[in-house]
Amino acid sequence: MSIESKTITVGLIGNPNCGKTKIFNRMAKAHADVGNYPRVTVEVEKKQFQHQGWTITLVDLPGVYALTSQSQEERASRDFLYSGQVDLLINVLDAGNLERALFLTTQLLEMGKPTLFVLNMIDEARRKGLSFKLNDLSSMLNGPVVETDANRGEGIPALLDAVVAQAAKMEKDVRPLRITYDSHLEMAVDKIKGLIRDLHPDEMNDAQCRWLAIKLLEGDDELIRQESDHEHLQEMVRRMRYDLSRHHGDSCEMMFANGRFGFIHGLVSEAVSQSIDFDTRRDMTRLLDALFLHRSLGIPLFFGMMWLMFETTFSLGELPAGWIESGVSLISGWVGGMMPDGLLRDLMLEGVITGMGAVIVFLPYILILFFFIAFFSETGYLARSSFLLDRAMHVFGLHGKAFIPLVMGFGCNVPAVMATRTIESPQSRLIAILINPFMSCAQRLPAFILIAGAFFAESSGLAIFLIYMTSIGVAMGASVILSRFVIRGGGESFVMELPPYRLPTMGAVLYHMWDKAYDFVRMVGGVIVVGSVIIWFLQAFPQNVQLSQDYNALIAKVEQSQSLTPKQIRHELTELKRTKKQEEMEKSYLGQTGMAVSPIFAPLGFDWKDTVAIISGFFAKEVVVASYAVLYNEDDSEETGSEGLRQALSKAMSPVTAAALMVFLLLYSPCLSTFAAIKREASWGWAGFSLVFSLAMGWSLAYLVVVVGTLLT
Amino acid sequence: MGKKLKFKKKTLADLKKGESGRVVKLHGDAVSQRRLMALGVVKGKSIVLEDKAPLGDPCICTILGYRLTLRNSDAKNIVITSP
Repeated sequence: MSIESKTITVGLIGNPNCGKTKIFNRMAKAHADVGNYPRVTVEVEKKQFQHQGWTITLVDLPGVYALTSQSQEERASRDFLYSGQVDLLINVLDAGNLERALFLTTQLLEMGKPTLFVLNMIDEARRKGLSFKLNDLSSMLNGPVVETDANRGEGIPALLDAVVAQAAKMEKDVRPLRITYDSHLEMAVDKIKGLIRDLHPDEMNDAQCRWLAIKLLEGDDELIRQESDHEHLQEMVRRMRYDLSRHHGDSCEMMFANGRFGFIHGLVSEAVSQSIDFDTRRDMTRLLDALFLHRSLGIPLFFGMMWLMFETTFSLGELPAGWIESGVSLISGWVGGMMPDGLLRDLMLEGVITGMGAVIVFLPYILILFFFIAFFSETGYLARSSFLLDRAMHVFGLHGKAFIPLVMGFGCNVPAVMATRTIESPQSRLIAILINPFMSCAQRLPAFILIAGAFFAESSGLAIFLIYMTSIGVAMGASVILSRFVIRGGGESFVMELPPYRLPTMGAVLYHMWDKAYDFVRMVGGVIVVGSVIIWFLQAFPQNVQLSQDYNALIAKVEQSQSLTPKQIRHELTELKRTKKQEEMEKSYLGQTGMAVSPIFAPLGFDWKDTVAIISGFFAKEVVVASYAVLYNEDDSEETGSEGLRQALSKAMSPVTAAALMVFLLLYSPCLSTFAAIKREASWGWAGFSLVFSLAMGWSLAYLVVVVGTLLT
Repeated sequence: MGKKLKFKKKTLADLKKGESGRVVKLHGDAVSQRRLMALGVVKGKSIVLEDKAPLGDPCICTILGYRLTLRNSDAKNIVITSP
């Protein structure tokens, strides 16, 4: 903070789902992601803007219920508060839920930071018949109190003015709130405080010492760790915590929490009054829940809505996806016309544009899908859906919130991985991300149709159904394995606030869509372009290899041939060009890699051609069929392969190998786009883990198919 | 065996739909205890079991005038008074 340059850093803090992000947006006139769903802001969001000559840096901290260091959000909020970067805090309180909201406030106030209080969603509170004595609240909380309705922007100008007024006062610290706890607790606090003062002479004032003493006695792991130099302080804290809880029969934390809620109760009974007797039984939320959470209707209704969501997404998305496809080919034609023949042109056309085009086609689906997700999240239905399904998902070590991303995986794993953001616990979220690639996305289907058609003609429908069952089975099994052995400690608890139903604002829903689309496009622009270029390079190089025949001369000879009819010439030419392309593929780095890697797949019965298809499938799953078409020298005009390709394939391998191949293609690896999404949502390490894990899963299950299949036949 | 049952404390998980009680004590690990306290589940507060999910778990309860969902395993850790 500086009064000369008139700059101030303001932190917004409050419970999840208290409308904090909407306040942030209204204040900064910006938009950040919001939802009627606890925990949406995970990273710290910042915006800078001007008001009355002041430059205000507004920081939206993740929603928290307390300042302990248990979840990622709590740690992020806390680290920011302790870092000393923040000059002023705005504590956003859900006015209709004041008693709970004030628990966090008591922890904030003990820190002694200048704080402003916002009674948000005042409209909802008024409908409940609540009214607030702002002056009393203000004097008891020792800071200005402003009423707002962030949905409609009511009270925001007053809030901005209050921020500036507070900034002009230039207070670094204010008198911290002093809650008087149980007399035994107070004695313990005093003793610890005395010791802290001796250990940190001149570093902290009396209030800060008291704050630290309270935190240590509350058993704050991180602060206790920070005092590791002072063993006798740690020892004293430990002993006092033990003595107090033995003496009172309550844990130390509970005693402090009781003190805090005692203070809150006093404050609320003095400053808040409820004029009408609010009949909770006739409240809209309860009526809707009686339907949506109904014992027998709740789950069918949920599946109905899921069906509606996917049906709409895929039928409505088809049209714009088609436009994008033709747009991409238009651009590709235009760029092709502009550039001279040569490597650079090939790189642009076959590498960059084709690669980006293949992914950008998903954009409409992502927009529509996230429109629904945003709508469900804004209304409060998303929280209900996880409540409905938690029991079923818990069996597999998954959280109720993991269901929607899993189902989305059948469409495309990329938005599905992005949708796991709604899961609060980092461990549960990671499991949901890592099992998602096992869900068979739509792009894998053409390869299954091709192989099933070639080998299991009369029962190919059954084969594909079995593949989908395997997909679900492996995803669930993987979740059990991961939650038991790899990523433990998540999802043991499902303590969640059930927010009231709210009408979503269009702006928030549209923003949510835009944000996801932006993330997606940014991803396409990064990893995907690099990946496409690499794959292109592997296919196109080395150039000018020694081919078995001089195709160009042969082509020229056929072209000038007098003895052939024009039809025969065309036939000969396509034939020659295909043979040439096949041999080039075989001799390219990709082909060589296929040859080199194929011994790994020998036990599964895959040859180098399968290996090449598998490798190309890493780039994008839909490429698998096209690769087979090139490798088997057949026309790839049809998506699922021509009759000729099916025949060629059926001669090349046994049905057992084909079954193993299907299983392997289902499981073996996230595609490049999904890999990039996992990297974005988790880390390089976990993306790598996902690759290795799914390869291992795919290989072992395909091997199992081979073993069992050989026994049976 | 019989003795053990006799001294078993009543918990939130023992309540039927619509019944209520006052919080007496929390069990379980420190992390979940702190989480519950931050949400207002502290000694002396009245808690009502509103409903259970169609599959029997989790449940919804009302505390401090708002609604909270908990798994039965969490509810078992909340000891309440007998009415």
